[in-house]
Amino acid sequence: MKSLKFSILGLTLAFFTVQANAQKFFSRTGKVKFETDSKMEKIEAKSNTASVVIDLGTGDMEVAMLVKSFNFDKALMQEHFNENYIESTKFPKSSFKGKIINIKDVNLAKDGPVEVQYEGQLTLHGVTKPLEDKATLYVGGGKINAYAKFKIPLEDYEITIPALVKDNIGKKAHIEVKAELEEYKKAQ
Amino acid sequence: MNKILTIAIAFMCSIAIHGQDLLSSVLGDSTAESMTKDPVFATFKTTRIVNLPSIENTAAGVFDFKISHRFGFLNSGSKEFFGLDQAYIRLGGEYGITPALMVGVGRSSYQKVIDGYAKLRLIRQKTNGFPFTVSLFGGTYLQTLNTNPDRQVLFTDKLSFVSQLLIGTKISDALSLQVSPTLVHRNLTATTAEKNDVYAIGAGGRIKLTKRISFNGEYIYVLPNQISTDFKNSLSLGFDIETGGHVFQLHLTNSTSMIEKGFVAENAGDFGKGDIHFGFNISRVFTIVRPKEKK
Repeated sequence: MKSLKFSILGLTLAFFTVQANAQKFFSRTGKVKFETDSKMEKIEAKSNTASVVIDLGTGDMEVAMLVKSFNFDKALMQEHFNENYIESTKFPKSSFKGKIINIKDVNLAKDGPVEVQYEGQLTLHGVTKPLEDKATLYVGGGKINAYAKFKIPLEDYEITIPALVKDNIGKKAHIEVKAELEEYKKAQ
Repeated sequence: MNKILTIAIAFMCSIAIHGQDLLSSVLGDSTAESMTKDPVFATFKTTRIVNLPSIENTAAGVFDFKISHRFGFLNSGSKEFFGLDQAYIRLGGEYGITPALMVGVGRSSYQKVIDGYAKLRLIRQKTNGFPFTVSLFGGTYLQTLNTNPDRQVLFTDKLSFVSQLLIGTKISDALSLQVSPTLVHRNLTATTAEKNDVYAIGAGGRIKLTKRISFNGEYIYVLPNQISTDFKNSLSLGFDIETGGHVFQLHLTNSTSMIEKGFVAENAGDFGKGDIHFGFNISRVFTIVRPKEKK
């Protein structure tokens, strides 16, 4: 009998520790835009199936997407992007795992933009590198609109550009992420 | 003892819940499930292996301009600069109407033939799914050069047709294979001994050497007792070199003709005797209709 009491106590405890930081916000339709600063040809692609999760309690955040979901205007460009540059069959997923340092500045009760500083690890093309930058979270009506923009050197992620087209393709990729995050409620 | 155990279990439970990935704890592994059953892409670099139509289609809304050359036979000697003095050309264009349906037209200088064809993809190979891509290819050829001066040639006599089933598979990033059962029908043959319907089996493949260069090969076996023994099976070996919007295909082949009727049923060159053409196909794509943004 006593052991039953204890186990109830233990489970309740476990339940509460989960509840304490349960204020998570998420989106499955995060928009990611990628662009390179090329002179010759505009190389631009969009995806709107990125998953984004932010834990307001701890500041932990995670973004994940399938690189194959990037849509280009030119079909051949998309094929080359997948086959030769990003190698989406070998490295299908790209992700960011990190933390918002000043998560305490985000107050759900107060609508308006909050500038946040984040840091973490970006994985792309099978290579993981640290990334830190600023992002903006717009709080409004119980939702959070997240917006981040950053640059990454393609070389760092072992994405090689052949000499022949070196002038056509920029050395850096500009990435923009937009997501409307909703509060995550556990399925009861 | 029992107490300690239950507390320990409860504690471990709470750790287990915390140790889970943030993303998968909320959304599940959503990216993993959509990864399976993805259509396989880039089985070949372009719509031809060398001469044989490949299972690749021109993308919807994309125009592919094709310039193909075959120089003379290598064994024609130094006087002919090993064939480079002569050239046969085919100019062609292909257009993707839908992702699965493309059409094409072309004109060859050899026998002055105008060709038109369509390719329809029936089934697409999927990762962890169906292992083959299957397409249908059909073409019509109008030979405007009269090769039968003794006979009154009707318009219908100038026509030939081809039907082909294309079965291809991308085994790995490096290796792709294809088989193409083929039927060529000629309304008029050169001699009565030759069959109007010619059955053949084409086979081809590619091995990727680098990200942008592949080695291609194809062979077309014509079933026996259908055509004159002067005609040989077509063998082609070459490289695909891809640079941005272009694909350059450089090859050696014993086929002079660049259309199915010619390289399947009327192929005079004997590879073993050095009747080999150096040739190239250049493919340049232009996006005509941009895809609408997916919702």
